[in-house]
Amino acid sequence: MKIYIQGTGCVSPQQTAGAGPFLASIQEYEGNRLAAVEPDYKQWVEPNMLRRMGRAVKMGVAAARLSLQQAGITLPDAIITGTAYGCLQDTGVFLSKMVTGQEKALSPTAFIQSTHNTVSGQIGLLLSCHAYNNTFVHKGFSFESALLDSMMILQEGAVQQVLAGGVDEITDHSHTILSRFGLYKQEPVRNTSLLQSATHGTIAGEGAAFFVLGAAKSPQSIAQLAGLTTIYKPVSTEERDAAIQGFLATHGLRSADIDLLICGHNGNVEENDTYAQVAQTLFPQTTVAGFKHLCGEYPTATAFAAWMAAEILKQQQAPQDIILSGSAPEKLDRILIYNCYQGTHHSLILLSKP
Amino acid sequence: MSSQAWIAGGGVICGIGANLQQCLEAFRQMGTGMQEIQYLQTTHRGIFPVAEVKADNTALAAQAGMPAHLSRTALLSRIAAQEAWEAAGLGDISQYRVGFVSANTVGGMDKTEDFFTDYLQNPQQGGHLRQVMHHECGSVTELVADAMGIRHHVSTISTACSSGANALMYGARLIRNNMVDVVIAGGTDALTRFTLNGFNTLMILDQQPCRPLDDTRTGLNLGEGAGYVVLVSDALAARLPNGPWCRLSGYANANDAYHQTASSPEGTGNYLAMKGALTMSGLQPQDIGYINVHGTGTQNNDSSEGKAIERLFAPDYPPVSSTKSFTGHTLGASGGIEAVFSALAVQQGIIYPNARFTTPMKEWPVAPATVFSGGNRLDHVMSNSFGFAGNCSSLIFSKG
Repeated sequence: MKIYIQGTGCVSPQQTAGAGPFLASIQEYEGNRLAAVEPDYKQWVEPNMLRRMGRAVKMGVAAARLSLQQAGITLPDAIITGTAYGCLQDTGVFLSKMVTGQEKALSPTAFIQSTHNTVSGQIGLLLSCHAYNNTFVHKGFSFESALLDSMMILQEGAVQQVLAGGVDEITDHSHTILSRFGLYKQEPVRNTSLLQSATHGTIAGEGAAFFVLGAAKSPQSIAQLAGLTTIYKPVSTEERDAAIQGFLATHGLRSADIDLLICGHNGNVEENDTYAQVAQTLFPQTTVAGFKHLCGEYPTATAFAAWMAAEILKQQQAPQDIILSGSAPEKLDRILIYNCYQGTHHSLILLSKP
Repeated sequence: MSSQAWIAGGGVICGIGANLQQCLEAFRQMGTGMQEIQYLQTTHRGIFPVAEVKADNTALAAQAGMPAHLSRTALLSRIAAQEAWEAAGLGDISQYRVGFVSANTVGGMDKTEDFFTDYLQNPQQGGHLRQVMHHECGSVTELVADAMGIRHHVSTISTACSSGANALMYGARLIRNNMVDVVIAGGTDALTRFTLNGFNTLMILDQQPCRPLDDTRTGLNLGEGAGYVVLVSDALAARLPNGPWCRLSGYANANDAYHQTASSPEGTGNYLAMKGALTMSGLQPQDIGYINVHGTGTQNNDSSEGKAIERLFAPDYPPVSSTKSFTGHTLGASGGIEAVFSALAVQQGIIYPNARFTTPMKEWPVAPATVFSGGNRLDHVMSNSFGFAGNCSSLIFSKG
């Protein structure tokens, strides 16, 4: 069975939530923390409701609304979100007040908004959507699990349109704590030169990307979601490579059939090898692109990559600013996204022309 | 596509027992798990009764075969998942394509809240990073998957109080799509100050032992624990040494779309979840032999759930009860724990008692079962789980 991307919406550190042309100019940032360019949320949410929403919820709602708008539907048959960190802002607020106030005089608002399913729940509430509603919270597989659930549900045939996406936010607390783990670059860094970096660490990112996935092809169809797999902590590079080759074989493809390989390079010199090996040994003829210089590193960054891949298939053109090796592809029938989150969570997402 | 997902076994640790057998004994003896707070470090000790697992982290770590500095949520998870695996009698786990789908609501928050005390004093250096290393919900799942040697599929679901039920649903889909042969599915949650204080701000914690489905109910008691079933494909079910317990014949997830925390008065989401599960299983309401209700003991939940059951089942109701009157509300674990109880109910004909029931509710005046009984003829059992953000799920377990 084929599954089609009928609409997309993206809030990211780039100008992706407006009406402008696709990645027409790259937002440049200095420093190791990229902040999403947030749209005017009032176009979708009443001010009194908006005040109570954390940024993860707002970004998720905006991306969801944009994707529904593009797909030309108002009510999906299922809403499925992937978010590794959940609603960090409200979690941090409630936790800090609880700790400093020694469990006294707390108000419920932050707690209510802190649960991981708030994004999916608020989208359901805003749309008055009583359909299936689920939230996956599994690190670098959060978005992938949401997609897999969507695909399985569509294949069962009972639903026609699934709204699925990935969202994660950075907060001051999360950035401070993750920095202490040594995740981010210590020296001055520009996102535009991130992928050429030869030092340790990456830059933090955030954002939301949602997709309307449909079981039937229509004039709205932007791309086909042709395949997905995850590889959890492979014990060797051989096991990883065999899994990637097995994935291609499952879809009746050879590596030369992939016109563009979008990889998760994040500027961390220690993580470069994985991508270099996969690209050079398994996809020697394929043009390789990156995306984390645009959105930063975060567990659901593959949602941004999927948004970008869908746009590339729609435009039939890959922006020069994303190409890492090889020349701009002459044809764009199939794009494969390969991400390896923190060296342990490998995922493959295959998109093709509708 | 494999047509069914079968329940090959289950395991539970919660406030009424360190394993499923102890839990059953507690139900028989009407031994509920609520006591004064003993293990959680909180200023609310002595005020709110809770159903804690009666062991400290050192003892749980020894039982789990994991380091004691890890989140209690991971320790509980390992203990119940291991029990579930052994109950299935499948032997060496490395011989199968296994998935682990675990639910929880706050990940390693029990350690994060300790970290935050020192961290807030000195954000650049305060607190041991070891305490937040496994903060993420998914980390808790992976600690257990790695300890058990599960590699083919790992995932974590967090839909508040319905999380565990949704883990079974996703697990069943993985089996039906032949992505794995076996899935250990359920949920885990340890008590944390974060959740205790959160529910306290909502003013839905009872300072007395909770009274689900009772007109005198004034709130819920929190509990903690973990519960998992082992889901297997048709092919594997046929090879089980003791046969499957039952099959997961129907499931559905619907959203109330009414309010972030409160249920709609008529229980729209609850109704749609139960109705969807019945449709999938091809059953009529009268086929259901027992309902393990969500039944938290809050005014709002129990009346909404009652109204939804009334709409679907009236005028003839099967026996119903809330096992949360024993275990407390174990949040992300509850769907998993109650799935194990419900699956075992089908296999052994058990109707669980609802503790402390005295007065039928005005909104839905149906008396729950109040004594333990086994050996009933139960072909189909329904388990309900409803949560914040309108997330409602129902599961139906049926004889083979």
